[in-house]
Amino acid sequence: MSLFFLITAAIAIGGTLAAMTRRNPIHCILSLALGLVGVAGVYLALGAQFVGFTQILVYVGAVAILATFALMMTQGHIVSALIEPRRAFSRSSVSGFVTAAGVFSVLGWAAQSYRPLTPSTQQAPAAGAKEVGVALMHTYVLPLEVIGVLLTAALIGAVVIALPSEEERS
Amino acid sequence: MIHLSAFQIFLLLTVLKIAVVLVITLTAVAYTVLLERKVLGRMQNRWGPSRVGPFGLLQPLADGIKLFLKEDLMPLAVERPLFVAAPVIALACALISISMVPFGAETTYQGVDLFQIANINVGLLIILGVTSIGVYGIALSGWSSNNKYSLFGSLRSTAQVISYELALGLSLVGVILRAGSLSLRDIVNSQSAHGARSWNIFGGLQIVGFFIYLMAAYAETNRSPFDLPEAESELVAGYHTEYSSMKFAMFFMAEYANMITVACVATLLFFGGASSPFGHLTDHLFATGFIHAVLPIFWFVFKVFSFILLYIWVRATLPRFRYDQLMGFGWKFLLPLAMVNILATALVLAFRS
Repeated sequence: MSLFFLITAAIAIGGTLAAMTRRNPIHCILSLALGLVGVAGVYLALGAQFVGFTQILVYVGAVAILATFALMMTQGHIVSALIEPRRAFSRSSVSGFVTAAGVFSVLGWAAQSYRPLTPSTQQAPAAGAKEVGVALMHTYVLPLEVIGVLLTAALIGAVVIALPSEEERS
Repeated sequence: MIHLSAFQIFLLLTVLKIAVVLVITLTAVAYTVLLERKVLGRMQNRWGPSRVGPFGLLQPLADGIKLFLKEDLMPLAVERPLFVAAPVIALACALISISMVPFGAETTYQGVDLFQIANINVGLLIILGVTSIGVYGIALSGWSSNNKYSLFGSLRSTAQVISYELALGLSLVGVILRAGSLSLRDIVNSQSAHGARSWNIFGGLQIVGFFIYLMAAYAETNRSPFDLPEAESELVAGYHTEYSSMKFAMFFMAEYANMITVACVATLLFFGGASSPFGHLTDHLFATGFIHAVLPIFWFVFKVFSFILLYIWVRATLPRFRYDQLMGFGWKFLLPLAMVNILATALVLAFRS
């Protein structure tokens, strides 16, 4: 493990931990953005420059900034920590733990049952722009289309929600 | 003579390059401000700054001293860590993206490229990514100031930058398709064969892409006619209302450094970067020596300077957009146009090959 990996992994874990524990929603989003930068750093440490900087461009530069924007738009007045302290143990945390346990068990099972088809070589993983493009357009073209349809449906839903209702229009 | 290992030479030269580029960029920022004031003055039939030094040439120095010596006010109600971090983020992101720019022809000394700080094969992606992080500086400054004008300014600015980032990124895809690479060096090389005839804007038929990029870049850098975040008559000073002294100066420098970066990227992607507009016609005149190495830098600086002049010209000429016009223009006109441009470029390239 290189020093660079340790630093970026610490940033990723610290950022996401802070995102879950901070009270102020803006701080949470910023910590999450920091965590995503850390993950991008891990990609860079693995030599996947294209994936790493796409991660920064898409998740930090678009997704997290959009969430920040939405929070500023709706709760821009909450600057100091005027948010109610949380109860130590709420019902939602139980369901959260159950979901997390489920996800982790599936991930663990997948990692356990994974057997590499060919013995691992020391070859650098290919994740350049070309490889990603070929994978998206050949191997994973159906999932890509399905995700496209899903996003279109989400967009239409957002427009429907944003449209003025019948009473407001008349 | 001390014998250095290859890594030590690399380290030394890189630190040197960073220092030189940083000094040149910051000086260029200071003098772009003066240039803008002078040119704006002439366009409005007045003199512009003319008192400090010959032709007002020492004005940036005086401005810098003034900003350093001003009191650094920190309002009580601000969110302190973010208030301090915001200008740092803005300026750092603006300066980092310069490091990807190749300023001259590839000239290596002991295996180190002299005219580019970092030659990374996804250079364009890094510039886009770092620029998109720069938005945090604006968003956080408005929020942490705890001031309604600041918040509205930063909301406007964030919305505008996010919206136009899409058109900006998509307008560059045509160029990337033609070059087949994200490396800025490769993109420049792909259009340097026959001088101006093979530049992307002319020979590459990316003139539509160029105009989308130009308009999106004005919006990205919050410049006129898209300078709604700083509309004085509505918002005092926008997101940096509460900032003073060097913190304000950092936002100011970030804005102008972004302008220079945008001009550099336009030069690299559409105007052949450091390559001469006459192609290889003049090569035999200066086959070797100093002029051969410096001439590409001259062309590069000349192209970037023309862009900055265009920026200032536009500011002096066009009135400000209304907010709904701004959003409509970005989403309903530029974005579809950029997609059509990608489709057309891809089809042409597919049929040619």
